[in-house]
Amino acid sequence: MNKKRIYPSWFLIIPIALYAIFFLLPSALGVGYSFTDWNARSLGEVNFIGFENYKEIFTSDKDYLTGIGHTLMFTVVSNIIKLIPALLLAILLNEGMKAKGLYRTLLYLPSILPFVIIGLIFKSIFNYKTGLLNVTLEALHLGFLKQKWLSDLDVVWKSIFGVDAWRGIGYVMTIFIAGLSAIPKSYYEAAQIDGANFWQRLRHVTLPMLSGSIMINLVFGITYGLKVFDIVYVLTNGGPGHATEVLSTYSYQLYSTGQYGMSTALNTILLVITAIIGVFVVRQMSKQEVQQ
Amino acid sequence: MTKKRIQSVLKHALMIALCLAVVLPFFMVLINSFKTKSEAARMSLSLPTEWMFSNYVEVIEKGKLLQGFSNSMLYALVSTLVGVVSSAMASFVMSRRRNKVNNFLYYFVLCGLFFPVNYVTLVRVLSTIGLNNTKIGILIVFTSAMIPFCVFTIRNFISSVPVEMDEAAVIDGAGPMSLFFKIIVPMLKPTLMTCFILQFMGVWSDFLTPLYLSSKSSMFPMTMAVYQFFGKNTNYWNYIFADIVLTCLPVIIVYLLGQRYIVGGLTSGAVKE
Repeated sequence: MNKKRIYPSWFLIIPIALYAIFFLLPSALGVGYSFTDWNARSLGEVNFIGFENYKEIFTSDKDYLTGIGHTLMFTVVSNIIKLIPALLLAILLNEGMKAKGLYRTLLYLPSILPFVIIGLIFKSIFNYKTGLLNVTLEALHLGFLKQKWLSDLDVVWKSIFGVDAWRGIGYVMTIFIAGLSAIPKSYYEAAQIDGANFWQRLRHVTLPMLSGSIMINLVFGITYGLKVFDIVYVLTNGGPGHATEVLSTYSYQLYSTGQYGMSTALNTILLVITAIIGVFVVRQMSKQEVQQ
Repeated sequence: MTKKRIQSVLKHALMIALCLAVVLPFFMVLINSFKTKSEAARMSLSLPTEWMFSNYVEVIEKGKLLQGFSNSMLYALVSTLVGVVSSAMASFVMSRRRNKVNNFLYYFVLCGLFFPVNYVTLVRVLSTIGLNNTKIGILIVFTSAMIPFCVFTIRNFISSVPVEMDEAAVIDGAGPMSLFFKIIVPMLKPTLMTCFILQFMGVWSDFLTPLYLSSKSSMFPMTMAVYQFFGKNTNYWNYIFADIVLTCLPVIIVYLLGQRYIVGGLTSGAVKE
């Protein structure tokens, strides 16, 4: 067979061109522009200013560094609080319960909804006087747990993580269920015969066999965490003050105030962080590909 | 009761509690969307004293929801169709002709799974070719953004379609187009459906892309329309809740119809080793 004729290269043109022009090119341009004073007033006249933007980010008192720190913190915490409960729930559901399908459908549901919507719903739920959360706490005689969920500095991050987990656990869980259902039952029977308890089965059978799903969840979870924007933007818009500002919210702010060069510099930092993680993951995947 | 029985009761209790935590907020939104302004402001779970179906009529008019709905539909349908089909064609060639160039292109595209989009320079690129602030520009951006995920998912799946199928078709005189659309596409149906549904829901929910790329409200998808409506009517929770219900409905319907493809797709595409 003539491979060139039946698998023609022009099949590749549209997606590769779109991806290169509207995805990669902006990233590459962004790296270049991050060394310039490009802004809303510069009208075509853009000057090279070396590392000035980066100096501003790393040394000014405008809290950009805190924003980067928040992004990293969000990535770590949001992954931990979703992955572990999701894994346990997936194991529970996979052991064969009645109504398993219904539970899974409902738990996955929040993750398909727009963040804007979820943000608005929780804005109402977190309302101090009439919101569902505080009202429920009072009804359960737990009034002392009432909080100003979105305006108290000590609580606001917990609220964001709560909403994030509420939205994301079902999604992570579904990927784990898919992985779990591919593990042969005989492995567990063998472990049972050897007298392994729940934790031993988890450690020696489930986790090693799940490495693919864990990897996928980590990759999606880490890239999601680093890029986080909507949920913070709608719930707190970075506030109170700058307490919940993350990299992408700063980047958007800088863009909307016309400081394009600074905005691209922040984006470039994000790009470098994700590129390091991305290269590592793609390496792992291509290794697996070779082994197949 | 035996120990097993107790365990099973506890498990169900846990699951029901979690499902309630998911459902209650939706119930709160739905029930309050039928109340008067002052009653909805209390956000309680009780039934409305007076059912205000007119909230929906009001919000559709005031919130420009019909326009938002048709924009969202346009963005989600067109970009997903073009994105999934063109990614499938590319994945097909990448999977069947594994030479150096194609392997490089595959990993080149995969980088897009991780990299963040730089919207500031994307706006620059779009305005250079005169597509900034246009619906076509938004469509192109949505299409481009889904290519990495689609190629990743579909290429994995194509490997499991036997090459003998291609050979038989070619011997019968099929060209590349008819081979792909008549033989390969039907075999790929489950994974194409997965990509289609996940990406449709993704575009429908997206907020960041239109936030950066559209400044005219006539281009806003539903997510932006709702957010703008909230900004203007912060105290009218009855309208906001009705708006939320209408924005969620289409995705929930697509989700319930396409559910089996989502779970199936996550098994075959993402977790395949």
